[in-house]
Amino acid sequence: MRTIIAAAALSALALGVAGPAHAGDAVSLLNVSYDPTRELYQQINDAFAKDWKAKTGQAVTINQSHGGSGKQARSVIDGLEADVVTLGLAGDIDAIVKNGGLVDAQWQSRFPDNSTPYTSTIVFLVRKGNPLHIRDWNDLVKPGIQVITPNPKTSGGARWNYLAAWGYAADKFHNDQAKIEAFMIALLHNIPVLDSGARGSTTTFAQRGIGDVLLAWENEASLVIREFGDGFEVVTPSESILAEPPVAVVDKVADKHGTRKVAEAYLNFLYTPEGQEIEAKNHFRPRNPDVLKTYAKDFPQIPLFTIDQKFGGWSKAQPEHFNDGGTFDRLYANR
Amino acid sequence: MSKSPRWRAASILPGFGLTAGYAVTYLSLIVLLPLSVLLLKAANLSFDQWLTLLSDKRVLAALRLSFGGALAAGFLDTVLGLLVAWVLVRYTFPGRKIADALVDLPFALPTAVAGIALTALYAQNGWIGQLFVPFGIKIAFTPVGVVVAMTFIGLPFVIRTVEPILQDLDLDVEEAAASLGASRLQTFIYVLLPSLAPALMAGFSLATARAVGEYGSVIFIAGNMPGVSEIAPLLIITKLEQYDYNGAAAIAVIMLAISFSLLLGVNILSRKTRSGAP
Repeated sequence: MRTIIAAAALSALALGVAGPAHAGDAVSLLNVSYDPTRELYQQINDAFAKDWKAKTGQAVTINQSHGGSGKQARSVIDGLEADVVTLGLAGDIDAIVKNGGLVDAQWQSRFPDNSTPYTSTIVFLVRKGNPLHIRDWNDLVKPGIQVITPNPKTSGGARWNYLAAWGYAADKFHNDQAKIEAFMIALLHNIPVLDSGARGSTTTFAQRGIGDVLLAWENEASLVIREFGDGFEVVTPSESILAEPPVAVVDKVADKHGTRKVAEAYLNFLYTPEGQEIEAKNHFRPRNPDVLKTYAKDFPQIPLFTIDQKFGGWSKAQPEHFNDGGTFDRLYANR
Repeated sequence: MSKSPRWRAASILPGFGLTAGYAVTYLSLIVLLPLSVLLLKAANLSFDQWLTLLSDKRVLAALRLSFGGALAAGFLDTVLGLLVAWVLVRYTFPGRKIADALVDLPFALPTAVAGIALTALYAQNGWIGQLFVPFGIKIAFTPVGVVVAMTFIGLPFVIRTVEPILQDLDLDVEEAAASLGASRLQTFIYVLLPSLAPALMAGFSLATARAVGEYGSVIFIAGNMPGVSEIAPLLIITKLEQYDYNGAAAIAVIMLAISFSLLLGVNILSRKTRSGAP
């Protein structure tokens, strides 16, 4: 027994001293991601493993972890050894930077397009035939319409929904704060249930039959149609928000594991035509214009504003709207 | 070790030092250590922050729902649990063994599954929920739904604590009461209830404590409307979503303090009834 422990300790030491794994040795990565990307990354991982093997001869296994974006970020902060994170919003990666500094502060400039290889947007899912003629955001505030969205205090997806509605109101009322807030109060008034996560809201709407319209990620809405069949249709509003789910290498963990090279290659793979094609098939909007053209009919072209343009980035939007005492708390109390 | 202190000599059983040592070590590792970390985190909050937290309408509403709902569920469980235990102990009928085994299922079921199943049943289009729609009563996504879920997960605690006591009760006592002219109701109130009371109270406090801490099943049926159907554990999650670890710990400490005084109160009460029983 003692010899086994000694051997284990020695080999661990040897690994630590030897540092980065040599080509030829198997290597593994942990990708900590958020909820709706489960199927996407299963396909990406297979494709990347093949690609990496062909290029370097090294076998790579990629383990996935999924959950609510904020919860996943906290797991990494609390010690889950992720080599890369692919989360729902930049604010969650910023939180990893701020709490413990596992990710370098400059992460967003490390990869192209603000480190967001694919994008998505917020659309409406309505019941078949659109009986209540819901076409745009201002239809959601009409009396008697029931809107289903998760709780922005607990769900990253719900924060995008909230800001998308806010951005529309800001354009419509030319940034008149009082009118925007009245619009948001009317919207909050029409919400009968606040599930804690995006999947919960989807279930409430699709299976419990509650509500007239579900605010959802474009990829989640497509999933509902695929899973639950004909009872629903997607409505694309006149404008919406450009949701940018970002990716980053967790610097300190990757350096400790000696996996920086393969981790960077993995995230860069998301930008290759092959990676972009897989993302498009999973209903995420690809950055690559050629791939986007191929799948154009899946992604209606509407004006999309970014969180940086309208809200000054997540570091500003989060405290202003969603922290305790933010606009959500204040407006909800007045609804 | 020439002279043992008096408090150790009280028991003739050997091995006190060893067993007590183990008990304290494990208790420290599993219960006391995590709790002290919680207190440490919560201690980072300034006095003002505590004050705002304790006067926050949303926090108060959530605490009221969590503890009020848990107490209501505890009472329901006590009544229903006594009934079920009575049927299982006093009567023999086909399928009794199976019914007895079913009692434990809420223990074994993942709470999220329970939550989803209950929500499916009690939603407006669910089997049970739709029966209430004509009366304008909504169960799922209201505080009523919260109590329903809490009752579900707490029921086995009462049944399992009451059952053995009920089994040990001699029928002679009841017969004696009857022969002395007591009605069935009098027999129940004056003969049976006093001997069952400690077990009922223990079951009540277990069920209530479980309901206070329940998250998984409640979260699906609650609807989570701030100030209306938002439970205190959800507020903790909300704080964590803002990376406010200290605020989350503070709410946890408040819940802990209330739970502890509640349990202590029930314990004292049940000890009193036990010593006062004829």
